Amino acid sequence: MDIFTFIGYSFIWRAVVAGSFIALTCSVLGVILVLRRLSLIGDGLAHVTFGSVAVGLLLNQHPVYVSLPIVMASSLGIMKLTEKAKLYGDAAIGIVSSLGIAGGIIIASVAGGFNIDIFSFLFGNILAISRAEVLISIALSIAVLLVILLFYHEHFLVAFDEEFAKISGIDTDMINTILVLLTGTTVVLAMKIVGIMLTSSLLILPAVTALQIARSFKNTMLVSAVCSIVSVMTGIVVSFVMNLPTGATIVIVNFLLFVIAYFYNRAVQGRYH
Amino acid sequence: MSVTIVSVKNLSARYNSIDVLRNISFDVMSGDFLGLVGPNGSGKTTAIKAILGLLKRTSGNVSLFGTNIHDFKDWHKIGFLPQKMTHFNPHFPATVSEVVASGLFSIKKFPRRIRRTDKACIHDALVMTDVAEIRDKMMGELSGGQQQRVPLARALVNQPELLILDEPTTALDPEARESFFQTITELNRTRFMTIILITHDIASIGKYASKLMYLDKQVIFCGSFEDFCRSEKMTNYFGEYTQHLICHRHD
Repeated sequence: MDIFTFIGYSFIWRAVVAGSFIALTCSVLGVILVLRRLSLIGDGLAHVTFGSVAVGLLLNQHPVYVSLPIVMASSLGIMKLTEKAKLYGDAAIGIVSSLGIAGGIIIASVAGGFNIDIFSFLFGNILAISRAEVLISIALSIAVLLVILLFYHEHFLVAFDEEFAKISGIDTDMINTILVLLTGTTVVLAMKIVGIMLTSSLLILPAVTALQIARSFKNTMLVSAVCSIVSVMTGIVVSFVMNLPTGATIVIVNFLLFVIAYFYNRAVQGRYH
Repeated sequence: MSVTIVSVKNLSARYNSIDVLRNISFDVMSGDFLGLVGPNGSGKTTAIKAILGLLKRTSGNVSLFGTNIHDFKDWHKIGFLPQKMTHFNPHFPATVSEVVASGLFSIKKFPRRIRRTDKACIHDALVMTDVAEIRDKMMGELSGGQQQRVPLARALVNQPELLILDEPTTALDPEARESFFQTITELNRTRFMTIILITHDIASIGKYASKLMYLDKQVIFCGSFEDFCRSEKMTNYFGEYTQHLICHRHD
């Protein structure tokens, strides 16, 4: 197939546009999550998405609309469990994520199956993204990126030194709440690209790749964004040409970029990392 | 005229039902250089955290610049060098400049933006603490001494009236430690900055601080280094030999 045929497909353009926006959002947010050692919150919330998708299908509503409030509420639940029940963060994530999966399985079982295969959401399919979903993805991505930009310095300081952030007059509880809500929103968006099972990879891999080579916080955000967009675009092209699942291909490309960055770091820079 | 910068009245605090501070009271006046000393677990860091509102108090009142801690908003008046800065994540991708610039956030309103005019303040703080040449280096690439000076630059960048330093010299060799104390003393004398410095090293701080407070869950001693050396209470507390070693180490 020649390049003109490939770029002539409107679904390819929809995938590239929505994928780039979502990848950008995941990569920037991912840097903050990785540095705050909250990488797995994305994974936990993605599991909750499984339950919320089941609720959406049961109610015959679009899964994204139903998932957004449920996943955002769950993200707050993880935060409150950590604060109030004095649980470690990973234990709170474990509780909420297993609850999400269990809820999804029970709902699917009680409903006796759905017209749409719920398990297709596990692996995503960005090539099947609709025009309306593209618009939702762009709008939500811009909203998330805008909030990150507005609170950029607060996120930096809370991640680097939370105590100092507090005595700088920063409301760290509010910053943490914003962070988990943004993560919830982003996880729901990412579900369409790589599926529930692989969502956390979009948050973690570009960030850890950037951490291998970037030389400042701002630079880490930029490198993470570039890596993420490159992997989504490359993943879409490669998966289409080689007839592979798009979500999984994007993750593999992301991982290959990480490996390249790792060896580059070791061989050329010889840096501390 | 000297004004009260920090006022602590009957402050108590506990961790997991263990008393860490019992009913301590003291005032820090403008221009004071208070050396807060005591053994491990004596409550020095707890006292500072309670004063800054980072830790819940069991009882007591704290005022900063005449305002109750609950209502205190002028955080830009305080520069703080926390103890845990010596244990920061060395993989964090922050340059020296980025870390020092973050000291300005307390003076900024939302959205906190670093403007061109702020660059001069950042440069001054970098120069004052002798880290200007490494401004673009990552924190994880610095030596122990340099890593100690960066948070000091961050604490000084908005020219605070009160500087609180929690064990700032633990990672430094004796020479670097003396140089650090001299820098702090100069800030106290030339810029009239009020200073509270936590350390184990009574002998070193005694040379520089205008007032010493020895804490062991409660205030054991408060006064000058000379008074400390003459104090019978301290002789009984430490024993004559140890007190002599502390007081005459520099002779």
